[in-house]
This record gives sequence, C-alpha cells and structure tokens, in this order.
Amino acid sequence: MKFEDFKDNEYLEEYVNELRANGVNIVVTKLDDLINWGRSNSVWPLTFATSCCGIEFMCLGAARYDFARFGWEVTRNSPRQADVVFCCGTIVHKMAPVLKRLYDQMAEPKYVMAFGSCAISGGPFKKSYHTVMGVDKIIPVDVYIPGCPPRPDAMIYGMMQLARKIKMQEFFKLPKQPQPSCLCAPDPQLPEKEGGEQ
Amino acid sequence: MKVITDLLAQLPFAAVEQKEKTYTVAVPKEKLREAATLLYSNSKLPFDFLIDIVGMDYGDALGAIYYLSATQFPSYLIALKTQTDDREHPQLDSVSDLWLSAGLYEREVHDFFGITFVNNPDMRRLFLRQDWNGYPLRKDYDASPERNPVPLCNEELNDMEDLPATEISIEGERLEKHRKLFEQEEYVVNFGPQHPATHGVLHLRVSLDGEMIKKVDPKFGYIHRGIEKMSESYTYPQILHLIDRMDYLSGTIHRHGMCLAVEKGLELDVPARVHYIRTIIDELTRIASHLLGWGCMAMDMGSITAFVYGMRDREKIMDIFEETCGGRLMANYSVIGGVMNDIHPNFRRKVKEFIPYMRKMLKEHHLLFTGNPIARDRMEGVGYLSKEQAIALGATGPTGRASGWSNDIRKIEPYAAYRQADFKEMLRSDGLTFDRYIIRLDEIEESLKIVEQLIDNIPGGAYAAKTKAIIKLPEGEYHQRVEGARGEFDVYICSKGDKYPYRVKFRSPCMTLVNTLKYISVGSKVADLIMLGGSLDYVVPCIDR
Repeated sequence: MKFEDFKDNEYLEEYVNELRANGVNIVVTKLDDLINWGRSNSVWPLTFATSCCGIEFMCLGAARYDFARFGWEVTRNSPRQADVVFCCGTIVHKMAPVLKRLYDQMAEPKYVMAFGSCAISGGPFKKSYHTVMGVDKIIPVDVYIPGCPPRPDAMIYGMMQLARKIKMQEFFKLPKQPQPSCLCAPDPQLPEKEGGEQ
Repeated sequence: MKVITDLLAQLPFAAVEQKEKTYTVAVPKEKLREAATLLYSNSKLPFDFLIDIVGMDYGDALGAIYYLSATQFPSYLIALKTQTDDREHPQLDSVSDLWLSAGLYEREVHDFFGITFVNNPDMRRLFLRQDWNGYPLRKDYDASPERNPVPLCNEELNDMEDLPATEISIEGERLEKHRKLFEQEEYVVNFGPQHPATHGVLHLRVSLDGEMIKKVDPKFGYIHRGIEKMSESYTYPQILHLIDRMDYLSGTIHRHGMCLAVEKGLELDVPARVHYIRTIIDELTRIASHLLGWGCMAMDMGSITAFVYGMRDREKIMDIFEETCGGRLMANYSVIGGVMNDIHPNFRRKVKEFIPYMRKMLKEHHLLFTGNPIARDRMEGVGYLSKEQAIALGATGPTGRASGWSNDIRKIEPYAAYRQADFKEMLRSDGLTFDRYIIRLDEIEESLKIVEQLIDNIPGGAYAAKTKAIIKLPEGEYHQRVEGARGEFDVYICSKGDKYPYRVKFRSPCMTLVNTLKYISVGSKVADLIMLGGSLDYVVPCIDR
C-alpha cells in the first residue's frame, strides 16, 4: 500500500457531509456533533484479552504509546461499564459463548474491534479443530486491525477509525426499533387499566 | 550410569535402550505400576520428578510415555513407555498417587486420546468441553466442523464438576464411579474466565469458608488452539511460528528449543556465532518476561506505577528486537540451522547501553516496590511451597528455585553458549511469595551478566548453517529441554522420516504452575489468590497450547 493511499481515509466524513447536505435538521445535527465529540473522546474499553495481542494492548496502555492521550484509558473490568470490546487474540470454541455473553452484557451503543489475524479470520490457527474462524462469526465487528500481533501504532490507527465511526452516528435520529406486536396491540382478553392513557 | 542400569536390571520384563543420557524403558501395560513404583520409591536413586506424560497413537495401539528425572542426577532421563491394543476402551493404570503432577497430565492424555486411567479419581476432559465428540489427537479423528460446531451456550457447571472415575476393586471388579467436586452447601465463587488478573483466560472455581480458600479447581481450554494436532500437518519451519505464539513472553526461548530438537535429529553443525546470538536474544527475552511478570504482579497487588515502570524498561528491549529481528513481541528469530538474519549493526551498541541502564533501574524497582512496607507485609508469610511439594508438582523455573530446588536447565544440561558464560543459578530456600517475587529480579541481574560476557565475544562467521530446502527428520524420537522464563520447556518429536512430524508434544511449564496454585492457595485469604497467581507468573496460552 502506498503512503498516500494510507492517508486517504476521510471517505467516512465526506460521506456524512454529503448526507447532511441533503436537508437534515441543523439544530439536531449540531447537538449530535457535540455528543459524538464527547463520546468519541472518552471511549471505555473492556479489559479483554485471550492471548498474545493482549500484551501489545498492555503496551498500548503503558507509558510509551499511552492511549490516555485520546481518552481511551479507562479500561473497565465489567462489560456493563464498557463501550468497546478490544478483541485481542484467538477465540476458540469453548470461549465463544463467553465472549457472546460479554457482548450481550454491554450497554448500547457498543462497538467491537477485532485485533490481530486470529480475531479477524483464525489467522495462523486456521487449520485447527478448536478455533473460531474470526470473531465476526459470533458478534458484529466495527474495525479490523491486521497484524500478528498488530503494533501499538496500528492499534492507535484502528482506534482513530472507530472514533471517526462514532462521530458520524446520529444520536437523535436513531432508527426506531421495531416493536414486538404483543406490546403494540392491546390484548383484548385483559381488562383495560384505569387511566389507560399511559 | 551404573546406578540406573542396576535399577533397571530389577525390571526383567522391560526392554531397555540407551541413547546418550536417556534410557528408554518399554514395559507391558500390566507391569506399568510395578515399574513406576520401583522407579519412584527406590532408596538409591528415586525418580521423583515426573517431567511429562506424552500420549501416543501408534496407529494400531494407543500408548503413553512417562518422562522421568531424578533430582539427584537431573541430567539423566528415563522414558517409560507402555501401550494398549484396545482402541475401543483403552485403559492404563494411573500413577497419580505417586507423582502429584500426574493427575493433570493423565487428564490431558485422556482428553486427547481417550485413554482412561484406572484409579485416577478425576477423569474429566481437561481442555475441551465435556460434550466434545471424539479424541482430536488420534490419527483417525474426524475433524469436520459439523461434528463439533461452535457452541452457542456456556457449558453447564454441573457437567464440568461431575468427576467420573474408573476403579478396580481388590476382587478385580471394574467400577464406574461419579463424584461431585463440591458439596451442595459449599460456597463457590467463579474467578474468570474473563477477569483482568487471571493473566489470560483461566477459569478458577474457588470454594470459600468466609474469606478463606478451601479448594481451588482450575479449568483450562478457553484458549486451546490445538497446536499439537496442527503441527502434525505442518513442516518443521512452519511449526516454529506456532511455538512463538504459545508462550508469547518467552517465545524466543521455546522456539530455540524446537530448533535444537530438529538440529539434533538432523545432526546439523550449527555455527558458533548462532549459539552466541541465540543465547543473548534468549536472555533479553527472559529479562523482558520477568519485567512484565514483576509489573503485573505489582499491579495485581494494586501498584499501577510499578506496572508502568516495568513496561517502560521492557520497551528498550522491544526496540532492540525490532531492529534485529523485525518484530516486537513475536521475534520469529531462530530458524532451523541458525537465525533469520544477521544482527543489526546497532545491536552491540544498544545492548551495551541497555545493561547499565537496566542495572540502574533495578535499583529503582527495589526502592519503589521491594522496600515498600505495604508490599512486604502482603508478600511475606503467604503461599508457602516446600521443596518436596515443588518437585512432586513439577513446579520448575523460578517458582521451584524459590523453594530451593535446583532445576535450571542452563546449568543441568547446558545448551547454546551457556557453557561459555559464568553465571549463578539463583536459589532461595523459603518458598514464600516474597521469594518468588525477589528471585525474578535477581535473575534479571544474572541474565544481564550473561549478556555482558557474551556481547563482546560474538564470533564471526555465518549466521545460519545451510539446510536442505525440505527438511526431513530421520526416523526416531527426539527430546530437548530448555529453560524458559517460567520453567522447563520440553519438546518431544516423533518422526517417521517424513517432512511432517508424526507427533509433537510440548511440556508447558505453566500447567504445573496453575496446579501449584491449587495447593498453595488453600488456607489463604481470597484477596491473596490474585497475588499468588501473579507470583507464579503463568501464561495461559502456554497451558492450553
């Protein structure tokens, strides 16, 4: 890859600008920008590492690479307090349900970063009988960071990509979740509550 | 050696073969107990250290190889072999009542080969889920993903804690028994698999009485990647890359071990320059590993400053690695017959700058943490491991040496350039948490000494011997021991003369360390469990392989 191509990663912003130019509420968009500025600069990762990439993740937290510069240093040990799971290392059959449960326990909005070739596709353990061939088989992934293991610099680059993604989210205009039908239509067999307005 | 030949003469049914310092003793399976008991409990030369049990699938038979060593003459090995023709219900007698470490090794063999060890009270699978279909290291294993799909739900704890056992009564009757690991009314706490202080994905079930630990049951396999099975379909240079990723903190040393084993088989003459370079890189790896171990242990006890300091000094070594090897954590440096590239022109200068820097920083580390009264109070008098226990459990490396067991392979069986360096084997006698902590810092100092002596004397010449494009190992069995940062790492290769090995087995030093945790944590407070784990400094992917 050429260096110029590597730098050319602003397509996300351009895409958003184009969308917003076509008539989006200005006040709401400005509020979105403010919230997303805050959110993208205080992402709390979950301390989750299964193997080698975890050591580079530790280097990322230590003095030289220091991801506190970007406001990402508040590593949480409980998934309920975390915004992003850095999936560092191989996920195997026995670990897959554990990771799924961790992901389910995280509060929305939540993000996943796949660190290293094992988390992306099974990597060097592709031939194994016990490896899951990429975490995206179990949970959705936002950013992929290649390497075996990726250098901390590469991890920072990946973090910046996720920050970009967070910045383009529309907080006030989240698509409405489809309501389960049993909640929408009142059950005729049940007596109506008093003051049924609520 | 005469003592050993005399001893083996007492086993008339055994076929003995000697190759250098290894005695291969093949016994029929009915006589396994008799042979093991004699070797373990004779008065002249008790073989009290069970290094490893290697499960084998010979095609028509299943078997096991017990690698034994005597602490009096640690450089001699006995490989006790036995096999059974029954592939449907293979059974061997258990030796878990002789060696404490055997229980776990037998579970591993059971998991991979389906051999049941009679009279072992705990015959659960060790790495794979209890509902796994088939035995993966058998040659006829069906690896199709349909047979074992990715599971969608967690394993039931009831299944994980139901201990099956096969016993044979005095009348010769076979009994299948099931026992529960914990009583109904016991208070059991989960620790892991997702916990920042387990140093990986280790799952401990801890039974508590108030704050006191009554029982610990470790569960492995959350990062079992099947490296041994994969190795059987990879060529030797390809396998090397998997070894780095097993115990990533001392990966370079373990890779060195594998290279030595293959070179032994090829009878390759490796240039002296290679030995020197490999030794220096190994010792730098050891320093980096101990620094990380020190930092993590301090962090487990609440001192984040120490962690940052440890990582700061480690970065200096990472810089040296990056220049010479091309990688930071995964150096991928040793290859069969030599090293990947010659050393970088800056290598000597940087290493020489690093030595005085590290010495100065070690003083600071002692000042910061060793002298801290809070840290001392927490570490002293906790987690006692006696020498006999360390040998019985096979807790090699700094952990065993902190209990006074002299087990340094660099001294016992010097490889590479360790003969040329003058260094001491660090030994302490108390076997407490503080000893395991301080011995790592002392070993950093010894490693610096080794590097200092070798760095100016690297001989000239080629950085790698010429090898054939396709490396085929002659038929036979090869065994190599090296001293990893956490203990003895052994490589066992069985070759049928092909470019792929028939069977590869790695002895993980960390598996016995977690087994040690099971014994030393009983009676301490639950808050100390994390610190004890930190003092043993295990790496979980090394256990699971």
